Amino acid sequence: MADNSVQIREVVKFHGATLAVDRLSLEIRRGEFFSILGPSGAGKTTVLRLLAGFEHPDRGDIWIEGQSMQGVPPNLRPVNLVFQSYALFPHLTVFGNIAFGLEMQRVFKAEIAARVQSALEMVKLTGKERRYPPHLSGGEQQRVALARALVNRPAVVLLDEPLGALDQQLRQEMQVELKTIQEQVGITFIYVTHHQEEALTMSDRLAVMDHGRLLQVGSPQDIYEAPASVFVADFIGVSNRLTGTIDRLDGAACTVTVPDLPPVRVRTPPHLRAGSQVTLLLRAERLELSQDGSRSERENAAPGRVLKSLYNGGDMEYRVRLTERHTWRVRVPNRGAGQKRFLPGEAVFVRWLADEGVVLPE
Amino acid sequence: MSVTSIPTSHQVQNPAHRRSGWLLAPAALWMGAFFFLPLLVVLAISFASRGTYGGVEWTFSLANYLNLVDPLYLKIFLRSLVLASLATVFCLLLGFPLAYHMARLPARWQWAWIVLIMIPFWTNFLVRTYAWMFILRTEGLMNQALLSMGLIDTPIEILYTEGAVLIGLVYGYLPFMVLPLYAALARLDYSVVEAAWDLYATAWARFWRVILPLAKPGVIAGCLLVFIPSLGAFITPDILGGGKTMMVGNLIQHEYLVVRDWPFGSAISFVLMGAVLLSAVLYLKMGRDGAEW
Repeated sequence: MADNSVQIREVVKFHGATLAVDRLSLEIRRGEFFSILGPSGAGKTTVLRLLAGFEHPDRGDIWIEGQSMQGVPPNLRPVNLVFQSYALFPHLTVFGNIAFGLEMQRVFKAEIAARVQSALEMVKLTGKERRYPPHLSGGEQQRVALARALVNRPAVVLLDEPLGALDQQLRQEMQVELKTIQEQVGITFIYVTHHQEEALTMSDRLAVMDHGRLLQVGSPQDIYEAPASVFVADFIGVSNRLTGTIDRLDGAACTVTVPDLPPVRVRTPPHLRAGSQVTLLLRAERLELSQDGSRSERENAAPGRVLKSLYNGGDMEYRVRLTERHTWRVRVPNRGAGQKRFLPGEAVFVRWLADEGVVLPE
Repeated sequence: MSVTSIPTSHQVQNPAHRRSGWLLAPAALWMGAFFFLPLLVVLAISFASRGTYGGVEWTFSLANYLNLVDPLYLKIFLRSLVLASLATVFCLLLGFPLAYHMARLPARWQWAWIVLIMIPFWTNFLVRTYAWMFILRTEGLMNQALLSMGLIDTPIEILYTEGAVLIGLVYGYLPFMVLPLYAALARLDYSVVEAAWDLYATAWARFWRVILPLAKPGVIAGCLLVFIPSLGAFITPDILGGGKTMMVGNLIQHEYLVVRDWPFGSAISFVLMGAVLLSAVLYLKMGRDGAEW
């Protein structure tokens, strides 16, 4: 409890007749880089706006630093928001933008100057304080927006897809930098994004949302390796999905019968019995292609035929047709010359370790 | 950031700009023939003298301008300046909240409001000003309403006073304030106001530090559009001022049509133009200098 920076309790928010946030409960720890990941319309921006105070929950309540935020307007909350559009003041210089929050809090002029300078240093914008936002590049504007929030030393910084408008290269640079800054200042960051890679790279923990509902919370590893639902697995990474019946439990391993495929060996999932209907998820990059169909006790192999091979630079993606109903995606790292390339039409075996499958109850 | 060879918009625009110069020709011809030439004629007349029977005698004289330095005329100029300034201030005070409200409405409601703002223009200005006589006169609608509500015991004598002229000016020019203000406020990215709110700004600070500075182009345009025609107004002071509250516009009309002293009327017109130009320049300069108000 004492370690929690933000507590969201059973919050419900309607936008007209649409349920934007559906009984959301979340606890975000102090000093944590927490991401909220989801497709557009998932309700993640609404969560940020509820935290910032621009919107108010229809039910439930929000606590920040041990204080209820009920009826507290945005200007009295210990949080600062980095807007998706940056929302910099176009009529103020970089200095004026960053100093704004401090001026509003009536901080002494000398202290403002010192704090703005150190904020500028932190985001590497020293020397640009007299520029006006429209004359800055997208990346620079993004840094001003970040500095404008950090300079106030709020309890929580809220970030609404702040890297969305940047190109890929700058985006990756900023991901590392943002994470470094967050560790430096030790302020709780709540980061909203629809970009799965971003969320995995930067977060200590992340929440996956869809249609206003929380689907899963956990570390990036938890979410990626043990997705709690098909939606989470599909949203993060590329998976192949099959449905079948558990037919034999022998201790740590069990067999799933999938129509038209050889029996699939998986780790025995907890709380499931023989006869249960399950969905089995296989990550595309955990599969291998081989011309050799032999397998050990801990391995699976299924015959198929290459439909298509896609060259992605860093890896190759193969579409392999196993049966009428199963065409899988297989991703193989591109190791260059000497690596066996499979051509469309070629007969292959898809192989994977029994440990790799994620089993979800139907 | 890497250095790229993307041409700036300035470089791209330039040749196209040069080639589109001829598009100005029709407007330039029109304005030259029907605005600039007559203006030169008026300027010439202002240095001539009045003939015995009201004609223009082409003898050069500065008398028309010198005659203006007379307490009688200075008082009319001063009254015009004060009334036009007050009308501008009242239009701004009334128009700003209205324009802000309009700009924050959903798009289709914004259109409905714009149409509402324009409706008065469908009726002749003269007719609308006469309507104000019926509202303001001693036994008019306003007094009847106030009397029946018990707010006053005796009717207010407001018609044919400067107050009535001011009401008429504010009424007549309010749309010219609202429309440019609305245009500026509709362009304002509201997330900037939210950013200020998030950065501890009270409603008061959000208005003075963010909304007003960003609406400044609209404020300037609106104030000029109200101030300039108010300064030269003649229908409103004529009808609602009842000839007792003379403004510069009435003076010019009087000199041209009643006294038939065209040279003097022309001189007044040019002094009025000078005053308008001067105040517009001062105002624009003020707007440009102060990055913040």
